[in-house]
Amino acid sequence: MADGAQHHSVVKGFIFSAVFWLLVGLLVGLWIAAEMIFPSLNLTPWLSFGRLRVVHTNGLIYGFTLSGIFACSYYMLEKLTRTPIAFPRLARAHLYLFNAAVLLAAVSLFAGISTAKEYSELEWPFDVVVVVIWVMFSANVLGTLVKRREKQMYVSLWFLIATVVTVAVVYILNNLAMPVNLLKSYSAYAGVNDANVQWWFGHNAVASVFTFPILAMFYYFLPKSTGLPIYSHRLSIIAFWSLVFGYLWTGAHHLMLTPVPEWIQTVALAFSMFLIAPSWGSVINGYYTMNGNWEQMRTNYLTKFFILGITFYGLQTIQGPTQAIRALSGLFHYTEWVVGHVHMGTMGWVTMIISASLYFVVVKVYGRDVHSVKLVGVHFWLILVGQLLFSVSLWVAGIAQGAMWKATNADGSLTYTFLDSVASMVPYWKIRLAAGTIYFAGIVVFAYNLVRTARPKTAAA
Amino acid sequence: MKLYENPVLLAVAAAVVISVGTLVTTFIPLFHPSTQPVSPLVKPYTAIELEGRDIYIREGCNNCHTQTVRPLRTEVARYGDYSKPEEFAWDRPFLWGSRRTGPDLARAGGKYPDSWHYRHMANPQGMFEKSNMPSYAWLAKRRLDTSASFRKVTVLGYGYGADEVQRQIDGFRSTVTAASYPSAAARARVTPEDLRGGITEMDAMVAYLQKLGRDLKEAARRESAGVRTAAAAEARNPYAGDKKAEEEGEDLYKANCRSCHGKKAEGGFGPDLTDPQWKFGGTDGDIFASIAGGRPGGMPAFESMLGKDRIWKTIAYLRKLGRR
Ligand code: HEM
Ligand code: HEM
Repeated sequence: MADGAQHHSVVKGFIFSAVFWLLVGLLVGLWIAAEMIFPSLNLTPWLSFGRLRVVHTNGLIYGFTLSGIFACSYYMLEKLTRTPIAFPRLARAHLYLFNAAVLLAAVSLFAGISTAKEYSELEWPFDVVVVVIWVMFSANVLGTLVKRREKQMYVSLWFLIATVVTVAVVYILNNLAMPVNLLKSYSAYAGVNDANVQWWFGHNAVASVFTFPILAMFYYFLPKSTGLPIYSHRLSIIAFWSLVFGYLWTGAHHLMLTPVPEWIQTVALAFSMFLIAPSWGSVINGYYTMNGNWEQMRTNYLTKFFILGITFYGLQTIQGPTQAIRALSGLFHYTEWVVGHVHMGTMGWVTMIISASLYFVVVKVYGRDVHSVKLVGVHFWLILVGQLLFSVSLWVAGIAQGAMWKATNADGSLTYTFLDSVASMVPYWKIRLAAGTIYFAGIVVFAYNLVRTARPKTAAA
Repeated sequence: MKLYENPVLLAVAAAVVISVGTLVTTFIPLFHPSTQPVSPLVKPYTAIELEGRDIYIREGCNNCHTQTVRPLRTEVARYGDYSKPEEFAWDRPFLWGSRRTGPDLARAGGKYPDSWHYRHMANPQGMFEKSNMPSYAWLAKRRLDTSASFRKVTVLGYGYGADEVQRQIDGFRSTVTAASYPSAAARARVTPEDLRGGITEMDAMVAYLQKLGRDLKEAARRESAGVRTAAAAEARNPYAGDKKAEEEGEDLYKANCRSCHGKKAEGGFGPDLTDPQWKFGGTDGDIFASIAGGRPGGMPAFESMLGKDRIWKTIAYLRKLGRR
């Protein structure tokens, strides 16, 4: 079927875009991790930490994670609706425009063209392109759903719809700006309001890129790869609505003890606590799905990714709310601890689920077995060990750092200078660099395995 | 159920559900003037300070430095008074940051002299061996582009006319290029010969850093001038001649004073502390007041950082150097 072929090539395109941007983003991550230890690595303005950190975050959130989401979404859409993609040409244009935009966006961030708003750093012409890309994607999602043959919409599709809506709302509102020229604009909001809108966006970027679509994959690919139906449909309905409702209230937990009005902080704290329930709804649903079939952790090469992934999601959604508590935010905010939190989520939850989903899809769209199940295992253990070492060491580092900043002598004066705290972080940063390297090695194995599955040696011309 | 069969309906429902929290936590505050109050004490940035701020944004300094002091005792002791909402009325975007790989800068303005910043920005490790801040020496090698300055302040609504912007730029240029500029030597050390007559990106950056928190600090200083001096003036050093205190004082000196007053207190940006001349008085009490309360021209206040005890130990060490 022509449509099917068209569609598969877009899925394939996004799979390898994801792998490519992942490798690039991680290399930049390793470089900035090294710069924190050896500042002489800030070789040129283009390679200085302040600019590169933004390339790392944007490259991985938008380049890698979105590519993974697009690949899996186009695949899931067609399967779950039993309908070919509504606008295959548009999907193809989406693939090309998206990669061109990521490339140019990366160059602009290297060049220091930035709005300084975290995860929203791209200047306004790029924002326009992002909106165009999002409209292309949304048109295909909604168009295919409208035309679908399968009556019921599975829970993954709701999460996809929530993603489409939430990204659009939060991205556009946070990026409203007054342009000075093509490469420079100022935020439409001033000071405290800018901060409040920014972190409302920031937290929901996490929700709509690192949570909703990843849950969509989890709810689809876990049952598909294990052959087990999801434990409770009702639980997933409750979890869905309360998650989508609750997330939008919590942005100010990134702004505890700042000049943002206190009641907004308190509301954010309350809703952060509330979020534990729907988050764990999905975790429990995942665990119970495996009930009686836990041997698949050994026998099925994908199950362990999904189960470890959802476990890290569970830990992440307990750790997150605790960070919103004022007293703990007083200690952890601004420290290495938060970087540990971020990377458990991204390296543990997000990449675990995306990698397993991509293995599943690659096997399907190329109609071949995975190149090496053994290498899948190597990949799994390397990224697991890398991530654990990364986040655990930074939690310890964050506690030490927070304590040093707060330490006082008997007369109330400060025990440590700021530089004392910098110097004492170096050993942890070295562990993090090593951990990142282990993780990166795992991802290289992953990339190799995917490429070889797509192009087996025997078939290579 | 119908909702789960109609994607458009589901999308609309999702939009409604997400807009509740959005309305309450972001829209309502946005239209409430108390969220972002405006104070006459806090002035907008000058055109040059704004250019400096834009370079701060371009270089992503906010990825390592925060600009909000939280109302926590130790944080106020380390950085200065906690941040108030009115301080940010002119900030688009806000630059509070989310990581403190480097220290908070909300109270950086006026803490050190300009010369300190020229040297520090060009070579942080030369000043603090353990610092991991990148070198920004190249900012001094780039001429500041002011061609969009007027457009920028207009977009931001700072209320300066074109001639006012020009006056600010010319005024700043004549200050930093004057032979009498107190930081002329430090500036010349990092700025190439052919750029010394104009404004560089480094100049604008230093101007911006000196603006941070300055308005409120000056207001506070006007109110409480001289208190620390009077209170401490009669005191005598309880550690005078104490060997152990002198050793501790030496460590304190290295951590806090060396970057300005030199390795052996022979002077740098700050004056020589080993000779018998004291600009602000040479009794124990005077020196205590200088360290505790700071002095105009760049000497920061260390009272809340070090506390009384350690200031006296530092003085004991200085006295030992003076005896040599
Ligand atoms: C080899 C693996 C990785 C290394 C070495 C690495 C390194 C780093 C470093 C050094 C920072 C800056 C931390 C700081 O400012 O103190 C950072 C921040 C960040 N990284 Fe990574 N990273 C890796 C993987 C990832 C992945 C897979 C993702 C996302 C999919 C990611 C997303 C982020 C985000 C969102 C931040 C910003 C955190 C914040 O603002 O608190 N990183 N990373
Ligand atoms: C119930 C769920 C969650 C809650 C309530 C939560 C809460 C928080 C809080 C309070 C912070 C700010 C810490 C600080 O700066 O002091 C934070 C930071 C962050 N969290 Fe979570 N978290 C949750 C789940 C997740 C998940 C699933 C991810 C997925 C990767 C994630 C990624 C991040 C990132 C990237 C940041 C860093 C933002 C920045 O400062 O740049 N979080 N989270």
